Amino acid sequence: MKKIILLNIFYFSFCAVAVKSAEKGGMPQLDPEFWVSQIFWLTITFGTLFLVLSKFILPRISKNLEQRRLQILENIETAEKQREQSEKNLKEFDQIIFKSKNKAKEVMLAAREKVVSEITKKKMKLDEDLTSEIQNVEKEIIELKLSSPKKINSIASNITNEVIKRLIGTDVNESSVSALVEQELKKLSRSTNGI
Amino acid sequence: MAANPMYQFNVYRIGPEIKIGEIDLSFTNASLFMVISSLAILIIFNLGAQKKNIIPDKIQLLSELGYTFVSKMISDTAGSKAKPYFSFIFSLFMFVLFCNMFGMIPYSFTVTSHIIVTFVLAAFIFIGVTIIGFIKHGFGYLKLFVPSGVPAVLLPLIVVIEIISYLSRPISLSVRLFANMMAGHTMMKVFGGFVVSLGIVGGWLPLSFSVALTGLEILVAFLQAYVFAILTCIYLNDALNLHH
Repeated sequence: MKKIILLNIFYFSFCAVAVKSAEKGGMPQLDPEFWVSQIFWLTITFGTLFLVLSKFILPRISKNLEQRRLQILENIETAEKQREQSEKNLKEFDQIIFKSKNKAKEVMLAAREKVVSEITKKKMKLDEDLTSEIQNVEKEIIELKLSSPKKINSIASNITNEVIKRLIGTDVNESSVSALVEQELKKLSRSTNGI
Repeated sequence: MAANPMYQFNVYRIGPEIKIGEIDLSFTNASLFMVISSLAILIIFNLGAQKKNIIPDKIQLLSELGYTFVSKMISDTAGSKAKPYFSFIFSLFMFVLFCNMFGMIPYSFTVTSHIIVTFVLAAFIFIGVTIIGFIKHGFGYLKLFVPSGVPAVLLPLIVVIEIISYLSRPISLSVRLFANMMAGHTMMKVFGGFVVSLGIVGGWLPLSFSVALTGLEILVAFLQAYVFAILTCIYLNDALNLHH
């Protein structure tokens, strides 16, 4: 600062000497009447401007700019951090979803297996029941089949007896009647079987 | 008298005559526009510096853009060593820019259209840069006049040319700004005079020309301020980073 002021003083005197040697010209610029005044006021105004700018205004502007730069850097940093955090969260979320999907699949499979096994069990039981029932019925049928000729025989011999009684009016020996009926039935059955 | 295109450059006293001994230090219209320009710069940048929004509003953005523009210009041309001179170059650029721009207002006065003003600025820069060069490099700064890789036979000639070009720096710097501003304003005044003298019939051509010139002059006003500042940076670069 001292240097600049000294320079200005030096300069002022230098120009003052120059003014005296100048002569009047055609252009107002070359008329030295107000040269000294102009140099003087230029020194004052420019000096004041320089001093105020360099002491008060420019440092503030540079501080503002620096502050803004720092703030922006900070903001970028926090934004970066938050982005990382959110990425992490997203990954966690994905994992949770993946896990729960797997679990759901497992549960579904287990349930299906259980249901299938139950169904097969019930089916088997039903089958067993059915077969046993069928067997019983078949047995009954066979029994019935087996017993039916005898009953028929007895019924037939009874009826024959009755018919003979009505016709002749006497009792016939039952055993001979039944023997006869049996013989006839055998013949019949043989002929039907033969067909 | 007002029709004279050079009349706009007249300096006249405003207020009382201030005299210290033989020297006249009166406040003139030139001084008034220097004060106006400085005050405008201070007001705009002070308003911009007071706000501390993360997202800047208009005035804050303006001042911060100005700051970064000049700071980038300096670091591009003169490197990081030129950082201590930032406030000076910033003030210089803004002062010249605002003086040029205020000169574009009709009936105003263009401070930078006066050779004495630009010469004071240029010579101040020249002396300052020379002193900085000698402080940084001692007498080694004189190597600036001896480019490397020049045949020994040509050396005396080259050194003389280099010295002349170095010494003519303040003149070229000041005359460039002064001549540009003066020529532009004179042209505009001349064409404005044509509009009046040709009247409603033939005045349209110079009028349209005058409109176009106004745009051009605004561009020149910015460009000359930029050139002035960037040449300062280049001279500073020579003094700080001796390449030869």
